[in-house]
Amino acid sequence: MKSPSARRLTAALLSLLLSAVPALGGCSKPGAAQGEPITLLNVSYDPTRELYTDLNAAFAKQWEAKHGTKLVIKQSHGGSGKQARAVIDGLDADVVTLALAYDIDMLHDKGQLIPADWQKRLPSNSSPYTSTIVFVVRKGNPKAIRDWEDLLREGVSVITPNPKTSGGARWNYLAAWGYARRKAGGDDAKAREFISRLFKNVPVLDSGARGATTTFAERGLGDVLIAWENEAFLLTGEVGKDEFEIIVPSVSILAEPPVALVDKNVDRKGTRAAAEAWLQYLYTDEGQELAAKHHFRPRSQKVAAKYAHRFPTVSLFTIDEVFGGWKQSQKQHFDDGGSFDQLYVPQAQ
Amino acid sequence: MHSSARRRVLPGFGLTLGLSWLYLGLIVLLPLSGLFLKTFSLSWAQFWDTVAAPRVLAAYRLSFGAALAAALLNAVFGLLVAWVLVRYRFPGKALVDALVDLPFALPTAVAGLTLTTLYSRNGWYGQHLEALGFQVAFTPVGIVIALTFIGLPFVVRTVQPVLEDIDADVEEAAATLGATPWQVFTRVLFPSVMPALLSGFTLAFARAIGEYGSVVFISGNMPMKTEIAPLLIITRLEQYDYAGATAIAGVMLAVSFAMLLAVNLLQRWTHRRFETRPGTG
Repeated sequence: MKSPSARRLTAALLSLLLSAVPALGGCSKPGAAQGEPITLLNVSYDPTRELYTDLNAAFAKQWEAKHGTKLVIKQSHGGSGKQARAVIDGLDADVVTLALAYDIDMLHDKGQLIPADWQKRLPSNSSPYTSTIVFVVRKGNPKAIRDWEDLLREGVSVITPNPKTSGGARWNYLAAWGYARRKAGGDDAKAREFISRLFKNVPVLDSGARGATTTFAERGLGDVLIAWENEAFLLTGEVGKDEFEIIVPSVSILAEPPVALVDKNVDRKGTRAAAEAWLQYLYTDEGQELAAKHHFRPRSQKVAAKYAHRFPTVSLFTIDEVFGGWKQSQKQHFDDGGSFDQLYVPQAQ
Repeated sequence: MHSSARRRVLPGFGLTLGLSWLYLGLIVLLPLSGLFLKTFSLSWAQFWDTVAAPRVLAAYRLSFGAALAAALLNAVFGLLVAWVLVRYRFPGKALVDALVDLPFALPTAVAGLTLTTLYSRNGWYGQHLEALGFQVAFTPVGIVIALTFIGLPFVVRTVQPVLEDIDADVEEAAATLGATPWQVFTRVLFPSVMPALLSGFTLAFARAIGEYGSVVFISGNMPMKTEIAPLLIITRLEQYDYAGATAIAGVMLAVSFAMLLAVNLLQRWTHRRFETRPGTG
């Protein structure tokens, strides 16, 4: 039935397909020989793009001077959870720098790429820099927002992204919960009540933190934006100086965006030494200075003291103290049927 | 004689059919079967709890409803645009023709952001609409607008070539036989355009059901109100619940497939009806 020429074509197509397979596999040759350039991939979340551009350039220079080999650090940015899933699904990250420890935990739980105790391998919970959750209000603070309580007032419209899709929003949510819980002497029922009143004032739930910022800043929606301090600094920087101001609440959460080595990937690629050195670099004075420059709170006391005038003092609690860590909080608050879902479903029934 | 009757007139049937199956298998069936396979890691009760939750049902209603509304809008106005482009000459026609494809070329996120900028309360349209008491951005209406935007080219581009193929002679013949313009439209033009219009409608509808990028910006994502089904899939993934995500997606896929199949059958039927009419009547 088939003509000879058709058979030849089929054979040609098949051989083409087969020859492509080893070519694809050949890319991941292990071991970088001396003098060959090393390439690292840092898979990160959205607002760290500028920070890592600076850090990478500075570290690559240092590395080249010391080892004489060229070091290229590639960056990938996106939503924290999405980035973690990409790594689990095979994105060749040497290091990950994400918005919350829960996403890195999953590299162990779902991908077996790192050991379970990854967060103990580097100082300060593997978070070389921190941030916190603050408010951004319109210039002059027309609604007189001073603290978390003010967000519950009638007529105050609050913008915060959807904690189901945004890692940053989960920090916002926990910051409010932690404040309310502390105020009520540790009563979670009171905290739930507080949160439910707060979210009655939230008209829109953007899918990501930058989306929420756009809604507040460009669309003119809302009286208060709940945001990461580093994002708030960007918003009230040169562009928004005359439009917005930052209000620091009395109590907030210590946001710890962690970093980790992806063991399985660096061992296969032979890049462990460079990746580890890069992570250590984040803790050096130079790395800490750059973090402060990009509005993240440095961990090093020396650098923190130098920039103390920039970062207002807030009473900060950690997620481990109040919520027993990320896995616990994720399950209790953000997974299906968690406290966040409960805010919406019964109300509609 | 016998063997030649079985032989097809066009050569290469075996090879092309084989390659088509291979291609469809690799590009469509393999990923989709992966999706269903993942769903099977759930027990029946877990599956049902996932897809029948009130919030998920609300999202299905919104996604399918808004997609239907958008596809219907596009069917009406897309037909109009195609008609104008085929039947009239006017300055700037090439420009209008090119404009139709723009929604295809624009990244959906850009489309979503642009529409939100226009329709939010300080946007060009939004400020006037809000003065009249209409809120578009962050409501289901906004979702329909985004879906209409991305679906427009489908209807225009499927109807256009068919309209081009209809000779003006046919209409003139109908007119000389005493048909009113309305009769010419309903009895002559519409039946020939109907199958293509249905295709365009179906494509626009199918595209809109799964749309995520342009909608999340304008929808506001409020649970039970403006939360579309693809967003719920993303939220499942955010909690690393792959099976739950594929369960929601699987139901969407099954419903979409059933609808597409029904429209395809309907289309064949209308086509046949039109084709056989000259013989029977």
